[in-house]
Amino acid sequence: MIMMKKQGMYLPEFEHENCGAGFICSLKGTKSNNIIHKALEILEKLDHRGAVSSDGKTGDGAGILIDIPHDFFVKNCSFKLPKAGDYAVSNVFLPKKENQRNYCIDIFEKFIQEMGLNVLGWRDVPVDVSVLGEIAAVTEPHIKQIFIGKSNTKQDNFQFNLKLYVARKKAEHNIYSSKLSESSFFYLPSLSPKTIIYKGLLIPEDIKLYYKDLKDPTLVTRLALVHQRFSTNTFPTWDLAQPFRYMCHNGEINTLRGNISRMYSREELMESDWFGPHIKEILPIVLPKKSDSASMDMAVELLLMTGRSLPEVMMMLIPEAWEKNDDMPDTKKAFYEYNSCLMEPWDGPASIPFTDGNYIGAVLDRNGLRPSRYSVTKDDYVIMSSETGVIDINPNNIEYHGRLEPGKMFLVDMNQGRIVNDEEIKEHIASQHPYRKWLNKNLVPLKSIPYNDCPVFFNQETLQKRLTIFGYTQEDINTIILPMAQNSKEPIGSMGSDTPIAVLSERPQLLYNYFKQLFAQVTNPPLDGIREELITDISLTLGSDFNIFDINEKHCKKLKINNPVISKQDLDKIKSYKNPDFKVTSLPITYKIEKGHNGLVNALEHLIHEASVAIDQETNIIILSDRDVDKDNAPIPALLACSYINNGLQKSGKRSKISVIIESAEPREVHHFALLFGYGASAINPYMVNEIIEDRINDLNTSSVSTEEAIQNYNKAVGKGILKVMNKIGISTLNSYRGSQLFECIGINTKTVNKYFPNTVTRIQGVGLLEIEQEINKRYSKAYQEQNIAAELELEVGGQYRWRRNGEYHLFNPLTIAKLQESVRSNKPKTYKEYSELVNDQTKKLMTIRGLFEFTNYDPISIDEVEPWTEIVKRFKTGAMSYGSISKEAHENLAIAMNRIGGKSNSGEGGEDQERFYKDVNGDWKNSAIKQVASGRFGVTSNYLTNASEIQIKMAQGAKPGEGGQLPGPKVNPSIAKTRNSTPYVGLISPPPHHDIYSIEDLSQLIYDLKSANREARINVKLVSEVGVGTVAAGVAKAKADVILISGHDGGTGASPLTSLKHAGLPWELGLAEAQQTLVMNNLRNRVVLECDGQMKTGRDVAIACLLGAEEFGFATAPLVASGCIMMRVCHLNTCPVGIATQNPELRKKFEGKPEHVVNFMYFIAQELREIMAQLGFRTVNEMVGQVHKLDRNNTIEHYKALGIDLSPILHQVIVPKDTKLYHTENQDHQLDQSLDFDIISKAHPALFRKEKTVLDFNITNRNRAFGAILSNEISKIYGAQGLPENTLKINFTGSAGQSFGAFATYGLTLVVSGNTNDYLGKGLSGAKLIVKVPDEATIIPEQNIIIGNVALYGATAGEVYINGMAGERFCVRNSGAKAVVEGIGDHGCEYMTGGIAVILGEVGRNFGAGMSGGIAFIYDKNNTFKKQCNTEGLNLDPVIEQDDVQNLKDLIENHYNATLSPLAQRILEKWEVELPKFIKVLPEEYKQALIRLEAENLITK
Amino acid sequence: MGKITGFLEYPREVETYKPVEKRVKNYKEFTIPMEENALKNQGARCMDCGIPFCHSGCPLGNLIPDFNDMVFKGKWKEAAHILHSTNNFPEFTGRLCPAPCEEACVLGINEDPVSIENIEKNIVEVAFKEGWITAQIPQQRTDKTVAVIGSGPAGLAAAQQLNRAGHLVTVFERDSKVGGLLRYGIPDFKLEKQIIDRRIKVLEEEGITFKTNAHVGENVSVETLKSDFDAIVLCGGATVRRSIPIKGAHLKGVHQAMDFLKQNNERVDGQTKFDKVLTAKDKNVIVIGGGDTGSDCIGTSNRHGAKSVTNFEILSKPTTGRPANQPWPYWPMRLRTSSSHKEGVERFFSISTKEFLGDKNGNLKGLITVEVEWVFKEGERPQLKELPNTEKQWDCDLVLLALGFIGPESTLAEQLGLETDFRTNIKATTNSYMTNVPGIFTAGDMRRGQSLIVWAISEGRQAAHYVDEYLMGRSNLPLKDDNDLPRV
Repeated sequence: MIMMKKQGMYLPEFEHENCGAGFICSLKGTKSNNIIHKALEILEKLDHRGAVSSDGKTGDGAGILIDIPHDFFVKNCSFKLPKAGDYAVSNVFLPKKENQRNYCIDIFEKFIQEMGLNVLGWRDVPVDVSVLGEIAAVTEPHIKQIFIGKSNTKQDNFQFNLKLYVARKKAEHNIYSSKLSESSFFYLPSLSPKTIIYKGLLIPEDIKLYYKDLKDPTLVTRLALVHQRFSTNTFPTWDLAQPFRYMCHNGEINTLRGNISRMYSREELMESDWFGPHIKEILPIVLPKKSDSASMDMAVELLLMTGRSLPEVMMMLIPEAWEKNDDMPDTKKAFYEYNSCLMEPWDGPASIPFTDGNYIGAVLDRNGLRPSRYSVTKDDYVIMSSETGVIDINPNNIEYHGRLEPGKMFLVDMNQGRIVNDEEIKEHIASQHPYRKWLNKNLVPLKSIPYNDCPVFFNQETLQKRLTIFGYTQEDINTIILPMAQNSKEPIGSMGSDTPIAVLSERPQLLYNYFKQLFAQVTNPPLDGIREELITDISLTLGSDFNIFDINEKHCKKLKINNPVISKQDLDKIKSYKNPDFKVTSLPITYKIEKGHNGLVNALEHLIHEASVAIDQETNIIILSDRDVDKDNAPIPALLACSYINNGLQKSGKRSKISVIIESAEPREVHHFALLFGYGASAINPYMVNEIIEDRINDLNTSSVSTEEAIQNYNKAVGKGILKVMNKIGISTLNSYRGSQLFECIGINTKTVNKYFPNTVTRIQGVGLLEIEQEINKRYSKAYQEQNIAAELELEVGGQYRWRRNGEYHLFNPLTIAKLQESVRSNKPKTYKEYSELVNDQTKKLMTIRGLFEFTNYDPISIDEVEPWTEIVKRFKTGAMSYGSISKEAHENLAIAMNRIGGKSNSGEGGEDQERFYKDVNGDWKNSAIKQVASGRFGVTSNYLTNASEIQIKMAQGAKPGEGGQLPGPKVNPSIAKTRNSTPYVGLISPPPHHDIYSIEDLSQLIYDLKSANREARINVKLVSEVGVGTVAAGVAKAKADVILISGHDGGTGASPLTSLKHAGLPWELGLAEAQQTLVMNNLRNRVVLECDGQMKTGRDVAIACLLGAEEFGFATAPLVASGCIMMRVCHLNTCPVGIATQNPELRKKFEGKPEHVVNFMYFIAQELREIMAQLGFRTVNEMVGQVHKLDRNNTIEHYKALGIDLSPILHQVIVPKDTKLYHTENQDHQLDQSLDFDIISKAHPALFRKEKTVLDFNITNRNRAFGAILSNEISKIYGAQGLPENTLKINFTGSAGQSFGAFATYGLTLVVSGNTNDYLGKGLSGAKLIVKVPDEATIIPEQNIIIGNVALYGATAGEVYINGMAGERFCVRNSGAKAVVEGIGDHGCEYMTGGIAVILGEVGRNFGAGMSGGIAFIYDKNNTFKKQCNTEGLNLDPVIEQDDVQNLKDLIENHYNATLSPLAQRILEKWEVELPKFIKVLPEEYKQALIRLEAENLITK
Repeated sequence: MGKITGFLEYPREVETYKPVEKRVKNYKEFTIPMEENALKNQGARCMDCGIPFCHSGCPLGNLIPDFNDMVFKGKWKEAAHILHSTNNFPEFTGRLCPAPCEEACVLGINEDPVSIENIEKNIVEVAFKEGWITAQIPQQRTDKTVAVIGSGPAGLAAAQQLNRAGHLVTVFERDSKVGGLLRYGIPDFKLEKQIIDRRIKVLEEEGITFKTNAHVGENVSVETLKSDFDAIVLCGGATVRRSIPIKGAHLKGVHQAMDFLKQNNERVDGQTKFDKVLTAKDKNVIVIGGGDTGSDCIGTSNRHGAKSVTNFEILSKPTTGRPANQPWPYWPMRLRTSSSHKEGVERFFSISTKEFLGDKNGNLKGLITVEVEWVFKEGERPQLKELPNTEKQWDCDLVLLALGFIGPESTLAEQLGLETDFRTNIKATTNSYMTNVPGIFTAGDMRRGQSLIVWAISEGRQAAHYVDEYLMGRSNLPLKDDNDLPRV
């Protein structure tokens, strides 16, 4: 099939997919044709969850799984079929060419016969090709159905399935490895005696048109599983359409690479009597280059063949978060713990409907990151899908509405005709074996191993010498290690990173620095391991793996380590542990320094050999140790050794027999540890760090910390840090992260990477082992230099984090800053020129990738012909810096400057004082043209959005992609609190993810919401450069963003862990080139504006960004420097001495920046750009965008490391049809015109323009999304933030409302839904009243039914909400002002809440109140269970006794009753005196203190 | 590092001086040491900048934030270690440097800068007091020999660095004692000479040979030098003084400041035999030249017991604050008032001496001046313009000419065949410090012309690296990078 080929920066494996999925089944087992129609209707109702490709026709794939329609086949087959269940059938995708097709058929039949099965016959599948889109038609296979009979009638189903599986696998392997040109066409969607799948590259409504079978009314089924796929790119294939054989998937498996690699390792050990010798012939189990869902399906399939049931397999692959759940029954916990020894979780957002024909059900990932709603009807149908309301059901036919909860399973036993609840099925599965007994007997916790004494290491070199060998700097010790040992936290830094990447640095670099962490953006969410700690775990088990077919106690003969960053003592315990189950072998990782490069290569080969021998001698734990370093023996980089052992042993089929422990002096930063685990290590002892801490214990500030405690602190800090690194890419357990290789390499050549770090992405080549050895050698020679110079400092200074003359180079240094500030203050072009030359000329000191370029293909024109600077600066923007992170003075200074020149400043994530929306009398305007919407949603109201000309969704930030932020309480002064719509002195947390974006279709929803909130504003999505950002950008373009911003990794920040500042994300040159190429390739480029930022400092930087594809440009650090910033890098400490990054009133007075400084800077940049344009022959920026042929490598640069860099992928020119546009030419069609809001606006004139009270009635469906946003935008335009008087416009809806109902709804609106709603109810609620109630005719008990979806009231600032039923996960997340009453909620309720009131009259899920710093929650704790569910950190749980509280609570419950007629509210109110004591008041301590402080301040001001 | 809010809590504080009436009675240093706590607080004022401009402003590249932090924490030994890693003689710079670091201090943008120099001085004094500064003899000796000509700060720094690299170093000094201008130019009240002696003692213990009264080119032939040493480093300074070619310059009572200061230092050192004693006692003294040497003449004259002391400077009076065209972090030309100025002097700016007046015995009796104005034109050198009708006559008995130095003496250059530039400085670039004759290097004022002590030490250190590299093929001696803040 035609696949997009790897080219330029684009790599096909980074395609992502997101989906709509669901199923419907008849509990009674009633077969009907209607089920098929209903199932397909589900998909059609979910079409907004996807995107349209550039041709607008070809779908990304859809399909349906149904029971085998026996009667239909009997009727339609020309041959005789045995009775139902005695034969299997499948659609078979075959080559288009007949000769090849026949070859495939022959091969397949051969293997079927070999397995003793009978080919009953083939049937041509009637299809209608006319419905196919262009791309689909090209890749359409020839489809036939095969019917296969059992070997004999007595053959049981398991055996039958097994044989079918082997036959199919063998045929696949055989055909795929043949050199047939159309071999990839061969594919079986399913092959089962129970179910059959019809799927293809189709849009949902065309499935039944294409497959004519489906239209036949005699085709009937009891169940139907449907799926519609939306990939981020437009080159999907037929075989990747879903459902797969046993499951389909909405979400993304983040850990895929590790999972596949470990599946591969497990194959070494597989043995099964059932398979016999065939077992080797079905390998590899997981075919390469398939999607995450397809891969997982293949793993499921194998596990089913081990005799496990489908629900059990699902429990193994997607376990609940059991590790920290004390309430979980022990049987179940033991099951999970046992299985954690043999299978790591397939982790990531996942709603997975599955079926084998006997069971149909679904599981949800441990954190509940995908929506899954179900309804059970009184006429015995079960309907499950991502949204409620996808099938019209009469309210009085509803038995109940439910939702899939995190980690839970929803299961229908088709044979018993009933729903089996999660507890029942899991308890049943967990009690099949004595797992707890097995664990107790075999699993050894590290803690339990006795410690005898510490061995002494003889003949070691001095600490000093070894520190030099391993390249320690003073900064490593003073900035990284000691603070961690003291505070048990990773140190924080600020501003961006302006040092060269490892391959460009002149200083010898540790190998780790060539790798960059990957992180989640858009297609899956990063996690918050701090606030949602209960879903995380970093424990690991060590020891041999065993045959996955066996279910016995051997699997848990493992050593369990809770924090695999271990001390020297812990390692000694392991080394000297006497237990026949564990054999530990230590292998030195050193090489003969005198032999140089060859020595290193040979030592690595020798290492593999030694490991192999050790494994043959029953070793199951290998320690890789560089303890033996001395004058002759240099250390092999631990990462190199670790990865090579990991991958090398896998190649030789021995990997699964051992675990690897690293005993190395090298690792010191979190990034180092993350890499070692990521490349397969199971435990690490950083012994040098231990020694340093021991040596420097007296330098810690707290005198009471013992050395042991300090080492524990350090280990803990690394543990937390690793958790953060994992969380960045959305992985919650170290068990899944281990070996997942979630890094991109930058600056190492493919040859070296393929050999030592296989499957790691490296795109611009660079150094090889030779240069890596040279770097080791340099450090080594320094340690053993003949003459030590007196008075020299023992260690190099470092200079990575703070500039030092003999440290690492920085682009912002005393000279460049002095010149820049001088030039903008005195408006001296000559001085600016000196500055820009200092930055641009990198021929001597390489700093950036762009520094390696030179302009070429000159075609000079007069500079007068180039568009004027005043036009160019309109494309310039200043970076997103919130008021809060920087001072009012600095923030307004940037805004005024950018408004003066028609550029755009960015509010940052802190809201904006509405006074700034109006111009000053002198004509200056402090309004930020770009309003940012980040994960904290601070100050995001209808009015705020209305006053934007661009709205930016910050998906990630260059300095800390995948992480959130925090504004500590003391910084939140009353003025900041006002703009952020929060309470003064209450700390504010920005979560790592947007809680309404766990997936690309969610982003598309938010874009829709925001566009609705301000139709004139462009929607800008900010991404950070990393591999795959191109496909993400394509997805974002399809999600209808107007502007896509690609940020470099090096951008600034107010505060970020140092690991993230340095090691996450990539330079923008790579990301921008990839985005441009991918967008052009997909013909999507013209729909979006592409913007770029990240340490842009000069006009040359802008020119290069433009030639690589950007047409708008962002600057942040440089304009700050122009305004007086001198790179103190103390933004996080509030002590900025020049009044920029501080709220201290005394320091703010020192701000001396003027708008004209910023204007001068922008002018200089534009002028420099114009000079380059004139030289290259461009009159306008548009002409220049994407003209990569004007760039070339600067060949005068000769640097031993940089020589190997290959820039051609960045300069790759995509070959496209001639009229393909390389820049923005047409606007997105947001399809807002179909919005229901317009119908209402047209009927609500009296309310909107004359404030007359109006009531309207309407129907609503799940396709009516973001209702209220447009309406509120219109109100805000006229009335500003205050909106309309209460209840001016009341609208009564009937039905199921779509997502984001009431988004940003403002004052004066009362929106009532009789029915239910989907996710994001009341997102950014800005004053309106929302009521969701059970329809009058329904018979359900409200408090037991799910009525609204997940993530309600996210970032709400004001308003009231009454919900007559239960809500899903994350109710009131980051609410800062709305008052809400609800009758039950899921997990993570009131997370990050900073204000407002939540009244919860029913059940509360786990982890309530995590990160809640403000507001009040009242919980009706009828059964006295709340305390267990609450994350009590920083929360006061009190009875409700204060008069104000009692009154408040009672009022709200009365309102709730009046709004919804809730029976529950009625019962409570009727017995108020009795019920009141059952309420618990949740009051965050921080909030309490803030209220006390505010009261005191009020008293003073009075 | 440091105390995060230190700069908000403590004001700048430096050593105070003993009262004028007491200090002018002798030639002792007159600073009053600060308490340790006060010094720590000063260390706490350091903000641990992301870019420490001080570190760039210091020609030595002193690791200022790092030693400030150690002082704040009371770790004086570590502070001394850090300080000595970039500066061979902090006891000199800590007393005498005009502290460009402090002008570049970030805190100085809008507050009083950190008192870096004072901290530096205290670190080294604590270190000497505690006995931490001891000879560190190189572990290995190379078989190379190096001659260093001149024992001023550049020569001493080069000598110590080269000795550290294992070479056998001999320093040639034409005067009777080692130290160059430090010993003969700087008055004792600013640098007591035992400060030099104690350092020289350490250098001798480390293995450096000092040959005094050894005037290369006069009583030591350059040929011997060339044959006896593997490399030669010329650090002879820029000793040719500028004179004033006007009528009456020959009169008795018109003296070069350096003659005056040198003799005084020798007297303080206990020498008594002089052809003629130069003293300002009971005289009306006019010091021409408003620089540091002029200031030293003023302090010395007051100690002699001059009747009056007057100071002329031909340049216009600078502002006390930073001039707009010399913004932070650059070194600004601004009015500097030294401790000597405070001891009694009348200062006149924009004044030019036209003629010395004498009596018939050829004794100076007075002089005539005229007021001047500087005319600045874009792209041209400033023009001096005399203002009409501003002539004025002054009575005086002693005129001290502190007009700066023109350049090095030509002897060595001529005898060794070295190329010089138009200022007669010996030519060598900062990429090698080697002259046009292989094996012969030059550093300090002799190479760059008259400059600061801190530059001399810096040049000596840098040159040592290249000498070592020349001798051994490679060098482990440290180099600073090229990130010096430029002069504007």
